[in-house]
Amino acid sequence: MSAKDLASNPIYKRRLWVNRINMAMSFVTMAIGMAFLTWILITLFGKGFAAFGTALFTQMTPPPGAAGGLANAIFGSMMIVGAAIFIATPIGIMTGIYLAEVGQNSTVAKLTRFINDILLSAPSIVIGLFVYAVIVAQVKHYSGWAGAVALAIIAVPVVVRTTETMLLLVPNSMREAAVALGAPQWRVVTMVTLRAVKGGVVTGVLLALARISGETAPLLFTALNNQFWSADMSGPMANLPVVIFQFAMSPYEEWQQLAWGGALLITLAVLVLNILARVVFRQKTN
Amino acid sequence: MSHSNSFRRQDAIFARTTQFFALLVLATLAGIIATLVIGSWQTLTQTGPKFFVSDVWDPVQNLYGGMAPLWGTVVTATIALLVGVPLSFGIAIFLTEMCPPALKRPLGTAVELLAAVPSIIYGMWGLFILTPLIASIQPTLTATLGQIPVVGVIFQGPPMGIGVLTAGLILSVMVIPFIASVMRDVFETTPAILKESAYGLGATTWEVVWNVVLPYTKAGVIGGIMLGLGRALGETMAVTFVIGNAYNISMQLFEPGNSIASSLANEFNEASDPAHMSALITLGLTLFALSFVVLSLSRWMLSSLKSKEGKRT
Repeated sequence: MSAKDLASNPIYKRRLWVNRINMAMSFVTMAIGMAFLTWILITLFGKGFAAFGTALFTQMTPPPGAAGGLANAIFGSMMIVGAAIFIATPIGIMTGIYLAEVGQNSTVAKLTRFINDILLSAPSIVIGLFVYAVIVAQVKHYSGWAGAVALAIIAVPVVVRTTETMLLLVPNSMREAAVALGAPQWRVVTMVTLRAVKGGVVTGVLLALARISGETAPLLFTALNNQFWSADMSGPMANLPVVIFQFAMSPYEEWQQLAWGGALLITLAVLVLNILARVVFRQKTN
Repeated sequence: MSHSNSFRRQDAIFARTTQFFALLVLATLAGIIATLVIGSWQTLTQTGPKFFVSDVWDPVQNLYGGMAPLWGTVVTATIALLVGVPLSFGIAIFLTEMCPPALKRPLGTAVELLAAVPSIIYGMWGLFILTPLIASIQPTLTATLGQIPVVGVIFQGPPMGIGVLTAGLILSVMVIPFIASVMRDVFETTPAILKESAYGLGATTWEVVWNVVLPYTKAGVIGGIMLGLGRALGETMAVTFVIGNAYNISMQLFEPGNSIASSLANEFNEASDPAHMSALITLGLTLFALSFVVLSLSRWMLSSLKSKEGKRT
């Protein structure tokens, strides 16, 4: 059969066209995905930059219809997210060590791995309900600490997952070498394996930070909001996500504009953290 | 030897300490389930299973039925998958089979960044950009597709732009990065030798994807879709902005509705009556149970693919 016969063969032609059409569709879906990403980012940057100015960072959240800034919300968010990551990091790293180095294939480890994966994607609003019932309902008022605990519960699974994955990348010969030198297991883990994957663990913490920076739902029932500057973690605290939610849903133009400014701030922080995490990961593993 | 004895003791302490933290993770889950069950006890014992089939939600008369938000959750998640899965599939094929190697990494990263954007941003974008857009094209849709007998009803409703369809569409944009990156990762696990054999027999790229890659990675693909479903069910902020907050069970997609998550976000802080609060927590428990099942299935599917890979090598 010559090439000419092949090209005029109806079955061959059909297969060729099916392939062309499907591959073109695949290209189109990719283009659609990228279009949405750019569309969202362009909207966000366009509307967000309009709200940027010194007032955004120096003034408090205004009453309806007045001009102001987001200073108290930015500060509150930093406090809550900082406290959350401070709680989550040790728990996450220790659990990760347990899964990779100690428990391995034991029942407890398998169960923890499974539950951790569920918590990784569990609806964050339910975690808000949990912290409300355990902390807010008990002490009878909303607080920054409650918000931090809710965010920590969301951050822990991210740190656990990355720490375990990273530790499993360490070649066994390194552990064996350390054991052969007479080191007990805790020294092997802290001085050898953990040190070998330092970058990977930092990546996990950065990703967890990025994940919780924009979380809104769990803060609604825990940290609530505060119109004023407050550094008191045991009372209601202003925070960016809840302020954005409240301001964006309002009919006041000044509030909506501040909401866009806050949205841009959060997105910038999240994107920078994500990119930073990738850079750290690539540097330390290469 | 006292040395080895003290080492053994140190290691035992080390093992116990790390295990304690793992148990803490387990305790968190147990705590979540326990508080949700305790919180919803009043509704579960007083209203019972009727709660899930009643569509009355009336805080004034203190009557609560969970059917409407449950319906909204299921419908929005279904729309999200119907739109999101084909798009994700196309993106995954593009990234694994068509993409020039130089672009593979940046485009893959871009898709992952789409997943990192906080959901409240999607919500705002939905409220300020997508909603007016849908409101403007809706009369045309109702006048054309809405006239088709039987299925036409789903394209009817008030032309506000806010509603179940808008929520579903935003969710679809949000689940694409999750599903697409899982699909891409599982597609990459197909052994090159299988694909090369098919190409050697003269298969086209599409035939290789459809007849070799997809059957090989079936479990992982379903796992990825389930993961997306789990996300879509529990997503709160993006939905709350655009769904309209109305307790409604309707086939009309332009009608405002409510999902479990948006009911909680809108009402929980205002709920002062114990019955109201208990009804809301029952919704939370339902949502958690649903996501738990879906996410477990997802994990099971993904790990079955992984163990197959393990056996081969």
